Amino acid sequence: MKAPFSWLKDYVDIDITAQELADKLFSCGFEVEELAYLGEKINRVVVGEVKALTPHPDSDHMQICVVDCGEYGHDLQIVTGAPNVYVGMKTPCALDGSTVVESNPQMLEKNPDGIKKIKKGKLRGVESFGMLCSGEELGINDDFYPGAEVNGLLDLAKDAPVGEDIKKIVGLDDWIFDISVTANRPDCQCILGIAREVAAVLKKPLKEPDYSYTAHKSSAAPVTVEVLAPELCPRYVGHYVENIQGGVSPAWMRKRLALSGIRSISPVVDITNFVLLEMGQPMHAFDADEIGGRTIIVRRATQGEKIVTLDEKEFTLTPDNLVICDGTKPVALAGIMGGLNSEIKDTTKNVFFESAKFARDNVRKTSRALGQSSDSSSRFEKGVDAYTNAFGMARALHLIEELGCGTVTELCTDVCAADLTPRTMTASVAKINALLGITVPDEEILSILERLNFKPVIDGDKLTVEIPGYRDDVDGYPDLAEEVIRMYGYDHITPTFLNAAQVTDGGLTDAQKKELHLKNILKTQGFMEAYNYSFYSPKDFDLMKLPEDAAERNAVRILNPISEELSVMRTFLAPSMLMNAVRNIRRGNDEGREFEVANIYLPRNTAESEQPEERKHLVLGIWGGKQDFFDMKGAVEYLASAFHLNFTFVRAQKPYLHPGVSAEIILDGKTVGCIGELDPGIAASLGLDKKVYLGELDLNALELDDRVRYTNLPKFPAVKRDLALIADEALTCAQIEDVLMHSCKYVTEAKLFDVYRGGQVPEDKKSMAFTLTFTPDANVEKAFTPETLDGYVKKILGNLKCKLGIELR
Amino acid sequence: MKEKIESLRAEIRDLIAQTQTGKGLYEVKVKFQTALKGIMSGMKDLPKEEKPTFGKIVNEFKQAMEAQFEERAVVVKKMELEAQYEKERIDITMPGKAYKAGALHPITLVKNELIDIFAGMGFKVFEGPEIETDYYNFTALNTPKDHPARDMQDTFYLADNLLLRTQTSAGQIRVMEQDAPPIKILSPGRVFRSDDDATHSPMFHQMEGLVVDKGITLCDLQGMLAEFARKMFTSSTKVRLRPSYFPFTEPSVEVDLSCSECGGKGCRLCKGTGWIEVLGAGMVNRRVLENCNVDPDVYTGFAFGMGIERIAMLKYGINNIKTLFENDTRFLEQFED
Repeated sequence: MKAPFSWLKDYVDIDITAQELADKLFSCGFEVEELAYLGEKINRVVVGEVKALTPHPDSDHMQICVVDCGEYGHDLQIVTGAPNVYVGMKTPCALDGSTVVESNPQMLEKNPDGIKKIKKGKLRGVESFGMLCSGEELGINDDFYPGAEVNGLLDLAKDAPVGEDIKKIVGLDDWIFDISVTANRPDCQCILGIAREVAAVLKKPLKEPDYSYTAHKSSAAPVTVEVLAPELCPRYVGHYVENIQGGVSPAWMRKRLALSGIRSISPVVDITNFVLLEMGQPMHAFDADEIGGRTIIVRRATQGEKIVTLDEKEFTLTPDNLVICDGTKPVALAGIMGGLNSEIKDTTKNVFFESAKFARDNVRKTSRALGQSSDSSSRFEKGVDAYTNAFGMARALHLIEELGCGTVTELCTDVCAADLTPRTMTASVAKINALLGITVPDEEILSILERLNFKPVIDGDKLTVEIPGYRDDVDGYPDLAEEVIRMYGYDHITPTFLNAAQVTDGGLTDAQKKELHLKNILKTQGFMEAYNYSFYSPKDFDLMKLPEDAAERNAVRILNPISEELSVMRTFLAPSMLMNAVRNIRRGNDEGREFEVANIYLPRNTAESEQPEERKHLVLGIWGGKQDFFDMKGAVEYLASAFHLNFTFVRAQKPYLHPGVSAEIILDGKTVGCIGELDPGIAASLGLDKKVYLGELDLNALELDDRVRYTNLPKFPAVKRDLALIADEALTCAQIEDVLMHSCKYVTEAKLFDVYRGGQVPEDKKSMAFTLTFTPDANVEKAFTPETLDGYVKKILGNLKCKLGIELR
Repeated sequence: MKEKIESLRAEIRDLIAQTQTGKGLYEVKVKFQTALKGIMSGMKDLPKEEKPTFGKIVNEFKQAMEAQFEERAVVVKKMELEAQYEKERIDITMPGKAYKAGALHPITLVKNELIDIFAGMGFKVFEGPEIETDYYNFTALNTPKDHPARDMQDTFYLADNLLLRTQTSAGQIRVMEQDAPPIKILSPGRVFRSDDDATHSPMFHQMEGLVVDKGITLCDLQGMLAEFARKMFTSSTKVRLRPSYFPFTEPSVEVDLSCSECGGKGCRLCKGTGWIEVLGAGMVNRRVLENCNVDPDVYTGFAFGMGIERIAMLKYGINNIKTLFENDTRFLEQFED
């Protein structure tokens, strides 16, 4: 919400600076996001009077002026090329060392701050001690100051005092407050609303706008109003104005509009814009002679009904859209824009003014659905109160009279479904204070609420207020507490520490602790934690070579995504991790390990409106360096051991993983995840020159148990024996391990440390060397003797031979 | 015999003197012992009466030589150590080696720190669903369908009634439905808003805090946030409340902390104001309590919500929110701790 300082001063005697006012507004809940000085670019420009003119000896269009600038010099010589200069002219004079607005478009390119510096100098040999200025060079137009758009010097009013700062004369000595208004205060989306707050915070009276007018008898037939959809239009105030005059609005109004960035069009249109800015009430003016049947009907549009709006766009409507109709056809899209058919024209003689309340949600929906918006619609979306409808109309009618641009008639109508009786409310003073935690003196409460027009009365503990008609947001004592404290000052709130509260036990749940533990374990394994968006592109499914019927493709989709790239909720995390690896490799981060713990989202097969299942997944990614599949597997095994999980690995068939270098992770017969090398085809399509390994685990499927269980140390040390075995190529490490581990109860570990092919090892065979660890029972009283160990080894070798055909090398 | 002994004494003495290593000294000793054995074995040919005298001489000789060996052994050991020192001498200016651990993401670090701070004050951690119903995300939080506050947040919808939660406040309702006061919970997690530009990410993280009990006041909110600010930033960090608006709190406040960079004097980080907007808070709206069947005439409460990314960016001096989601290892490795 933009409010000019000068305009606010119309309603409140403000005796502090703009900056001080900004601070006051900030403290009571209205943050001034920007405080802009209008005359920022104009410096050392004063009113000058042209005393004498002589032609320039070396130019056919320039003239040498003697200019009186008061205290800045009574006879400054200034050369000008402006044709409209004359002796006795009062015009802005930019002195030596001054700044004005750059108006030359070519210079603007070089000089983006838009400031032109003026220095004394010679123009074709004649000294000039400054420059006489046009309106453009002050950055103003006709609405700002009459005549500002004249091609030539700005011809100031004759009463402009010589030597005065030009900013004061043309109205540039002003500030624009850009105020952030919270959603609960639509009443402050206008100058008057801000002025009310200013008055309250400065403890000054508010000078209300003039709402008075005289209604004249009219011979015209009345325009009747019928509201068929009162739920979308709680109040509709209409008034008939005749003998409309064209012409131009007075300077004061044009300037107010200009300060708000609105161009003057005609008195009637200017009045509707002015009332919107001043009162926050959107107004619409219909050409009354275009309203068929002298009747206005407010109703939902029929399916397929059409309207062409003022900007000549045609819309096809549905019953969700509210329209204003005459006897036969729509004449306006309610609250958004008038129809072309009833537009005010130069020839318009009679006007039907509308000041209404339209339901904000409906205006918003229609505006979004049709892609059509206006200052009115954005105002209605924020919320207009029924109370202000009549005031807005009265103000407009007053301005009609003041501007003399029409005759206000007696023909008016007010269809009101809203309850306009003032709402009263009682509250306990003690409760207000209890919520705040401090005691605000009664007289302060009374004074604050009085200033905010709540008409407060305190009787003992009972506070009675009458809620102002424009304050739809107030509906309980905490609202009053807020009104009190924001004016009383939040610096009165002193810190206390839950003096009345009961002691509670805090902290993480077991599951949350385990998740954190899991992250820390991965950290010790050299993994860095990643955070990715919860959504990605459906194209990621194609990239991962998922078949059409893949379960992962059954994803939750966002109805209104930012883009297709961010439109499906993740059903597995691997694509995100792959992108992390790709991004890192492309940025030259040749080696890395990352993980992410996040939810995946699985649609339920029941109703669409049911919340999808959220499952926590862990995804791992490693790339580059000397890392391979077994680094990934090792990390997963490390996790398994930390959480007492007994994982087994079987060959996997995942479309995005290398079929020969990937494994499913099995726990208790169920697949809980997979690990493997990125499919080389995908790697090639991404142009990767490093191998990427991905792993993903469904954490919800794991019962993480991170309790530490101590095992007594054996009295005698464990003994290690190395065995080099000749095995068929087809045998897997796991098969051999299985026999090694289960042939002798003292074998606590069988660890592969070498695989060798060639040399004395026959074709189709491989040599696999294991270290076996024999650990004695904790309660055994003697160490293994070499002979007993030999016996165990013999038994193991026997098993290997008979079960797997394995020989000792 | 005597000559033999003397010549052996001279020979061994010289050899000992020349020896530089323990191994060499051992070899000399073996040689000496062999020779001595030979001398001793010659003793049997001596006349009986000479045997004791000679035995004494040999014994003295043996002891004398052993003393020399011992003496030399000390010297040699020292020499060997010196040699080892020299041989193993390294260029200590070469770079050190460290085992490279991974790192937790700054969002996790800040989240953990926040949880630590508030857990100590009795807050439990609650994580609600990320896909929420309209009811929990908006309606129950006093933001009905036509409420203009819905425009404050651009929501991602999945179905008519289903959305990606825009705020962790949604968790408030679920907790109050489950548990009776006294309630002190923290609800951290992912939230989503349809906003994607230089300073906004469509996904970010919030930490919601909620206290509901008898006699909770705005002063309590101020006190708790002051404690949070001191612990999260510096002990001199100050808290400023100023009026704001959220549908689910009344009164609502915006909470500024004194700028940690300049201490409140005004700098680029705080845009010269000395204050940094950090979180939103307020006293829980009566309607929200009513929606959860908590009697607002018996209980009051406060709630606060902060952006975890915002805190992380302030704390670590990260200037672009997007870097938090790029997962560049050069970024992440800086958060090793």
